[in-house]
Amino acid sequence: MRPLTFSRMLLRCGVLLLVLFVVVVIALKLGAVQVSLYGLGRDLIRVLLGQTRAISTDYGMIVVDIRLPRILLGIVVGASLSVAGASFQALLRNPLADPYVLGVSSGAAVGAILALIVESHLALSPDLAGLITPLGAFIGAAATIAAVYFLGRRDGQIDSGTLLLGGIITASFLSAVIMFLMSTLAGGNLRGASYWLMGDLSTPQPKSLLYLLGIGFVIAAGAIYTTASDLNLLLAGEKEAMHLGVDVPRVRIVVYLAASVLTGLAVSVSGAIGYVGLLVPHVMRLIFGSDHRMLIPASALGGAIALVIADTLARTVVAPSELPVGAMTAMAGAPLFIYLLRRRLA
Amino acid sequence: MSSPHRTPMPPGEQPRSNPDVRLTVEQASYVYSPNPSQAPLFTLEALSFQAKPGEIVAILGPNASGKSTLLKLISGALEPLSGRVFLNGYATHALPSKTRAQRIALVQQESRLLFPSRAWEFVLQGRHAYGRTLRFETEHDITIAKNALAQVGAEHLSDRWMDQISGGEKQRVILARALAQQPLLLLLDEPTLHLDIGAQVDLLESLRRLAAENRYTVVVVTHELNLAGEYADQVVLLQKGKCLRVGSPATVFQRELLEQVFQAPLSVEMTPAGRPRVTLFEKT
Repeated sequence: MRPLTFSRMLLRCGVLLLVLFVVVVIALKLGAVQVSLYGLGRDLIRVLLGQTRAISTDYGMIVVDIRLPRILLGIVVGASLSVAGASFQALLRNPLADPYVLGVSSGAAVGAILALIVESHLALSPDLAGLITPLGAFIGAAATIAAVYFLGRRDGQIDSGTLLLGGIITASFLSAVIMFLMSTLAGGNLRGASYWLMGDLSTPQPKSLLYLLGIGFVIAAGAIYTTASDLNLLLAGEKEAMHLGVDVPRVRIVVYLAASVLTGLAVSVSGAIGYVGLLVPHVMRLIFGSDHRMLIPASALGGAIALVIADTLARTVVAPSELPVGAMTAMAGAPLFIYLLRRRLA
Repeated sequence: MSSPHRTPMPPGEQPRSNPDVRLTVEQASYVYSPNPSQAPLFTLEALSFQAKPGEIVAILGPNASGKSTLLKLISGALEPLSGRVFLNGYATHALPSKTRAQRIALVQQESRLLFPSRAWEFVLQGRHAYGRTLRFETEHDITIAKNALAQVGAEHLSDRWMDQISGGEKQRVILARALAQQPLLLLLDEPTLHLDIGAQVDLLESLRRLAAENRYTVVVVTHELNLAGEYADQVVLLQKGKCLRVGSPATVFQRELLEQVFQAPLSVEMTPAGRPRVTLFEKT
């Protein structure tokens, strides 16, 4: 009998943090423009000290102004999607649940596009306008997960197969809605929008949105973490969890809202990136076991690592051109998804 | 076992308890209906009984007689339509979930697992109600979980995976988790359903021993006549939502009554220990 302790949890997170650091350094170095490790270290220290003016070289500018923000965005988006995926898997008692498979990402995308259309008809200040998209994405995500949840219920219990089918139907319906909405966009916006829909981290984001993303992640992931030991029991079913002392309605609403916030924020800055939320929690479960007190932080760090790697590949494999990162994660993720599905049915 | 540090019962309601009686079912009834305007699908008519610490109560009846509904009323998962169910003088359905889980443990027919877990992890789940948010298990919890496994004779299963042990072994681990909750009231829903006869007898022997040692009040739902007759102190006999008889096995086990309830010809004999034994005949 060797239950998880707080110090063991911290130690494992420390190892993952180290891996993330190494991945970030490599991601900063790789790219169309070569950067030396020495130059990289010097520039990063200057950023940390706040001496950004001392960075004079163009190389430094590329690293600090282009690659670093993009990597930070990848970290938060990857962590958000993975934590949302891990929580959906527990809440819906379905190992194949994630924001993308269940259509929640598509719902968030519809919400974001609708928000853009509404916004163009309202004369809002630029600061306020920037916040409309994530709000729309959050509402879209929350509405979709509510719809999928009710589609997947039979006799008061979640039915795994019905839930997945409900999610797939919802996703294809929402894709059609997205197509319809996109046809109303003008040519210049169209390429940007279609890139964004496939999942893309290359578009520079306004500062206010990045702060919102960071703060939103900390609050939502923190809220989910307070329910970590309840989620462990929810895996056995809602009724059983209730008899073991879990306040099921409270946990359900906290996780449902927080996972919608995470998905909505991630989609509003990066579009619908698939498979990260599905596969990262599974890989972490294989390594660390299914205790959510370990799984949630491990998924956050693992998701960050996975998305930074995927994005680095997306901008280097076909350099000087680049792929949307969503195409990268789908190419790697879909075969792995099929493997997990087969293993489950076997 | 050390005495548990339970959350105190909620204030406001004054217990009106008799220290000898732990569980009181008082004219409790329930109705399932899809919506208020339609005729009810199932009605459990008002029934009453009481149970003391250390006592085993069997809820006996054929399928669809209301056994599981009664168990849900006792466990507090359902609120009675009329009447009340009291545990030490407090209505069970009104207790907060943690407070309730520290006092009432339920062993259900089947525990489906989404991801594999080891037996010890499963037993530690019984300690959840004693923890604060985000608490990691203490040495105290581990000791209690180990004791619980030992009490059901399953120490050797501690490190095994739950999906790789036999039905009887699994049932013991599930029982150990209930014991780790350190309950006052132990409820079991058809615990012998998937067990062979040897494992059934083992399970009920351990229940009798545990009820005596730990002063649990045990309520078992079953349709196994002979197990109820052999091990129960009290039998609640149900048929189609009606409670026909409450009492000791010797008084409830009447041939005509059981034949009518179970729709099968049978005979009832008394063993030297004063326990009824039922033999079923072929229908002619």
